Amino acid sequence: MHAFKFDAPALPPEAIEARKRVRAFLAAEGGDGRYVPHRCSWSTFDAQFSQRAGQAGFIGVTWPREYGGQALPSLVRFVITEEMLAAGAPCGAHWVADRQSGPQILRHGSERARREILPRVCRGECFFGIGMSEPDSGSDLAAVRTRAQRDGDGWLINGSKIWTSQAHRVHYLIVLARSGDGGADRHGGLTQFIVDLSAPGVTVRPIHNLSGGHEFNEVFFRDYYVQDDMRLGEEGAGWDMVTGELAFERSGPDRFLSDYRLLAELIEAVGPKPDTRQAVEIGRLVAHLAALLRMSTSVAALLDEGRSPNTEAALVKDVGTAFEREVPEIARLLLPLQPSLDDRTQRLSETLAHVVLHAPSFTIRGGTREILRGIIARGLGLR
Amino acid sequence: MTMTAADVELTSMLLEQADRLLRGEVTRDVLSRADGGEFPAALWRACEDAGLPLALVREDSGGVGLGLAQGLRLIRHLGYHAAPLPLPETILALMCWCEAGGAPVAGSVTLVADEGLTLRPAGARFTLSGHALRVPWGASAGHVLLQASDEAGELRLALLPHALVRGEPVRNLAFEPRDTLHFDGIEVDASMTRCVPSEQAGSLLVLGALMRAQQMAGAMERCLDYALAYAMERQQFGRPIAKFQAIQHMLAEAAGHYAAAVAAADLAADAWRTPRFEFDSAIAKARVGESAGKVAAIVHQVHGAMGFTQEHPLHFSTRRLWSWRDEFGSEAYWQERIGRLVCGAGGVALWPALAGE
Repeated sequence: MHAFKFDAPALPPEAIEARKRVRAFLAAEGGDGRYVPHRCSWSTFDAQFSQRAGQAGFIGVTWPREYGGQALPSLVRFVITEEMLAAGAPCGAHWVADRQSGPQILRHGSERARREILPRVCRGECFFGIGMSEPDSGSDLAAVRTRAQRDGDGWLINGSKIWTSQAHRVHYLIVLARSGDGGADRHGGLTQFIVDLSAPGVTVRPIHNLSGGHEFNEVFFRDYYVQDDMRLGEEGAGWDMVTGELAFERSGPDRFLSDYRLLAELIEAVGPKPDTRQAVEIGRLVAHLAALLRMSTSVAALLDEGRSPNTEAALVKDVGTAFEREVPEIARLLLPLQPSLDDRTQRLSETLAHVVLHAPSFTIRGGTREILRGIIARGLGLR
Repeated sequence: MTMTAADVELTSMLLEQADRLLRGEVTRDVLSRADGGEFPAALWRACEDAGLPLALVREDSGGVGLGLAQGLRLIRHLGYHAAPLPLPETILALMCWCEAGGAPVAGSVTLVADEGLTLRPAGARFTLSGHALRVPWGASAGHVLLQASDEAGELRLALLPHALVRGEPVRNLAFEPRDTLHFDGIEVDASMTRCVPSEQAGSLLVLGALMRAQQMAGAMERCLDYALAYAMERQQFGRPIAKFQAIQHMLAEAAGHYAAAVAAADLAADAWRTPRFEFDSAIAKARVGESAGKVAAIVHQVHGAMGFTQEHPLHFSTRRLWSWRDEFGSEAYWQERIGRLVCGAGGVALWPALAGE
């Protein structure tokens, strides 16, 4: 079989320097009480925090200077991201733009889109959401039915998107729509568009999640007009663009650090003299985490070299999200603890509550475990 | 450690050569005979002729001079082929002994990880006391390398010739010798001991754990090779069982356990001669050992009844996984050590410990 190898990249000096800078920034932020370390940090939306992070130079760092970036190696972004997550920083507002929308626009967008949008993203003033899933198209993404039809110099979009995180407060979505007939090729005829949510023709309906939170939305488009220079890439090239980004989306530290704060707080609460069971279980989780960190860093380096380690990326997400799901299940048994969202006297109880209520999403968002296992099986040559 | 282009070439040549040798020589017949207690002398000689026991001994001491990370790759190959020899032990024991100033010896050398042995000075010699359990090829290896503390509490390495050692045979689940050794009253000449270099204190247990972690990574790869091949060739309901989603998902899950194991094993190999070595080796043994049990369970399920027989070679690898995960400290042993360290340092210290300062 394909023998996996997870070489550790030598971090470039800019990454080592960035680690120091972002730690100092986060220490100051936390010290001033501008944010409380959050347990599900990259789904926590805090526009002010993102603006300060942008001003401090932590968003879009790999992009060219002419678009507001700093032309840094992508391992610098990796380091900034993992530090933000480990600190529980509320980076949900700029998350999608920094991770995937910005790079898509940079690679496939028109010059106007790059100039108008990217510098604002870097400043932490402009946020994005993902417009892929539809009511009848979740894991089977090629089944999208939202239509884009030529209309003069632009396109008219009709249809709806669902599970659109933060659509009620981000500025843009990147929408995958059916722009033509792919014929026998289900993956053909799909195109991506940058959609401005402040323009007419779009309405947003909230969908509350099981913890009562409002992240999800359903978004409806009715004769929504988008100019042709807000199209991404060639007409009909949407599928390749979407799948090409998945290795980036799936191998990052967000796939095993979503509830890192729970682990850190658990260790604090257990204290310096753990009993045998506490030591064994915490040691086990730490060993899992260390291996994941190595896998993820190694995939980041492969991506940096321009390779497409799709199987390895799927492995990071499958193993990583299984780890995330396990953390609360173990934490609850190591201390006499009952989760509650409003127990202000016991911080760990509140943290545990947030994680328990969010954990089901870890193995669904960004590709379900079952879809990932299919991709891994393909990588193993089984299908 | 940075490698020059010549080092890289030498390493890949040696690994290729070893792989070819093992592929040809570690046959099912050799493995079955080893199960029955027959030492594969011809295989051992072939490995010696290829210079493998001296892989990690420096060139000026007559060795090949590989770095530990490269030597561990070789040990992973040995695990892949289930080579029924004390070769990983010999490679690491000779490295330790020669780094402490000793001269390489011919034949096999095993290592004792027990930390309770003592050396009492008696004139120009020492008297050794204590015993050790489950020593790999303890009663048959040419030499035994152990560590014992002297009166001042200093750790010394001692290399004992086979003739001095008394042992009782015990076997692990793969029928590899794991003997009980009694050292009480053995007179040890000072020339047979060396001070342990300070950076190596306690290292035999840690090195042994990392050795088994590498062997398990290799054995898991072999198990997955077997399972993938079997899933594609075995037909049921008119198609290869690889076409069933249930089988695909089981194997994808096993690949995840294997990938995490490889990452942990690589992590520790790269930490040699850094302050992280002991911690990362603990992580490796804990993580790889956990994967070993899960991968073994899945590959057996994929192989059905056939994998549960001696007609299929899978058992040579899975019986080793079930043995090796418990040797040189089980997952629980190393998890507890990691957990105590991490809790002692506090939650805030964990992230810098993992990601670096």
